[in-house]
Amino acid sequence: MSLLHAVFPPGIFSSGPVQAAAVVGAVVALVCGPVGVFTVIRGQSFAGHAFADITATGGSAAFLLGVSPLVGFVTLGLAGAGAMEVLGADRRRDRDVATGVVLGAGLGLSALLLYLSTTTETTTGAAVTVLFGSIFAVSSASLPLVIGFGALALFLVGLVYRPLLLSSINPELAAAQGTRLRLVGITYTVALALSVALSALTIGAILSTALLIGPAAAGLRLARSPGRAAAWATGIGVGVTWAGIVLAYDSYTWPPAQQGWPVSFFVVSLVLLVYVLAQLAGRSGHRASSPTPGTDISARTGGTNLGPQGG
Amino acid sequence: MALPPGLALGRKESLSSAGAGEPALRVDGLSVRLSGREVLHDVSFSVAAGEVTGLIGMNGAGKTTLLRAILGLQPVSAGTVHLARGRLGRRSIGYVPQKVVLDADLPVRARDLVSLGIDGRRLGLPVRSGAKNAVVDELLRSVEALRLADARVGALSGGEQQKILIAHALARRPVLLLLDEPLANLDLPSTQETVKLLGRIAKEQDVAVLLSAHDINPLLPVMDRVVYLANGRAATGKTQDVVRSDVLSALYGRHVDVFHAHGRVLVAVGDEHREDGCEVVSDDCAEEPVLLGDVVPVVVLDEREPL
Repeated sequence: MSLLHAVFPPGIFSSGPVQAAAVVGAVVALVCGPVGVFTVIRGQSFAGHAFADITATGGSAAFLLGVSPLVGFVTLGLAGAGAMEVLGADRRRDRDVATGVVLGAGLGLSALLLYLSTTTETTTGAAVTVLFGSIFAVSSASLPLVIGFGALALFLVGLVYRPLLLSSINPELAAAQGTRLRLVGITYTVALALSVALSALTIGAILSTALLIGPAAAGLRLARSPGRAAAWATGIGVGVTWAGIVLAYDSYTWPPAQQGWPVSFFVVSLVLLVYVLAQLAGRSGHRASSPTPGTDISARTGGTNLGPQGG
Repeated sequence: MALPPGLALGRKESLSSAGAGEPALRVDGLSVRLSGREVLHDVSFSVAAGEVTGLIGMNGAGKTTLLRAILGLQPVSAGTVHLARGRLGRRSIGYVPQKVVLDADLPVRARDLVSLGIDGRRLGLPVRSGAKNAVVDELLRSVEALRLADARVGALSGGEQQKILIAHALARRPVLLLLDEPLANLDLPSTQETVKLLGRIAKEQDVAVLLSAHDINPLLPVMDRVVYLANGRAATGKTQDVVRSDVLSALYGRHVDVFHAHGRVLVAVGDEHREDGCEVVSDDCAEEPVLLGDVVPVVVLDEREPL
């Protein structure tokens, strides 16, 4: 019982900010799971990171204007999606260059907006909140907005799921079936922008890709089908977010200042831990399950024959 | 009102008689320009159901362009593409693109990829059903890959991946199966197995198979007809009617010898354009006609393997 109290301090379940944070964290993980799986399959982690930087601009602007940071995150995320699309996303290299250019512009603007925010001195801590997040600061009034944007992102990915998956495997295969690649690509990009915005709200703009990519990459190691990978990613995402919230709540009693460590730190650390564990589990799992050609068996037997140094 | 080219009125009427005599694919006077250069000029040929047709030519001869034009993915400057039973348009074509890289970490099983061949274009989440599973199993069985159903596609060998892609392409029961260099990067046993499989599929499923290759050799056991591309033009017919000195000389626009020796045929192209990227086999061939090693290699007309 005392152990239970050590992990879940008294009052944690009745705390309003904790409850709101738990709901937000779950919604964000639910969205980031499926979207993140596609981001990893398509090799667009970099684009995801670019969105993170652009959403930072939106968050900074929202602070300056005094509106909800989520509105800023989403607005600039969608604007960034449009900009990347206009600048050219037909070939992978173009996409990379377009992403890089938009990213730079977004971060530069963010620097200006944060500078303006700090000089007006009405919004202390804007930079930390925007860049590194504060899930406990999410008001329960913005919950409907969080759930709405999350549902929209999930709906979009569900809508184009099959053409998106096929075009992620090979665009030519999808094109041969008459799929309009550009339309599918734009739909996915909007879902990605929304996911990054939601993730930014949870753990901050700079770190938001960690929640998008980390659990998805771990899920992809553990599962064989995209659906199961998304389920794993969602489960891992919810797990690390909730664990991060509990640890951050615990950390109010920790040194040095007894004012609580950032949730983002715990979430990102746990994401890394789970990712590493999944890499290890996935590696041994693949060895055990994959059909092994004869040459590999003999090579492996040869390896064990080396004797003591093997153990 | 004039009908756009390719939408001939006669097609609907021919639907009833399709199969008997009506070619699965008819290409008429097709020309394609790519960045100002005419890659294909007035190419005409037809492909019949149940037959395997080899699309042969050097690298850069326009094989991929031609296949993409048939698929409707490449705009053409002139000519038409007619499909028999063409109600579904290009969606009744199965396509295996060249150089499909399936990443080892891709969370896609063989059965997922085949399943996407059935409904990869549809919106909404996939619905799992017993009937669909049975169809996927049947498709995998038809390419002798049922045992690979639950393996990750990225973990399979090149030959095995090719089989899964063929099953994917066959999923919507196409009248025409296009394959772009399906034998590139396969080892000899996989090459022979794939060729045999394609021959069997053409017969059993009554589908017209058109596959491109830069090497004619492996196709000979199953190839009914050849479409030989060079200089943007095509020579077409039965293999022995096309792979001949006079026909190929006219096509290449320079002297081509076709030698018959020890049951083999050697195709030797006169060396007028050394800068065109052809691989040259012999060393002392500056003035002499040369054998084009990788490009128009030794043609073995009997089915035994060369020494």
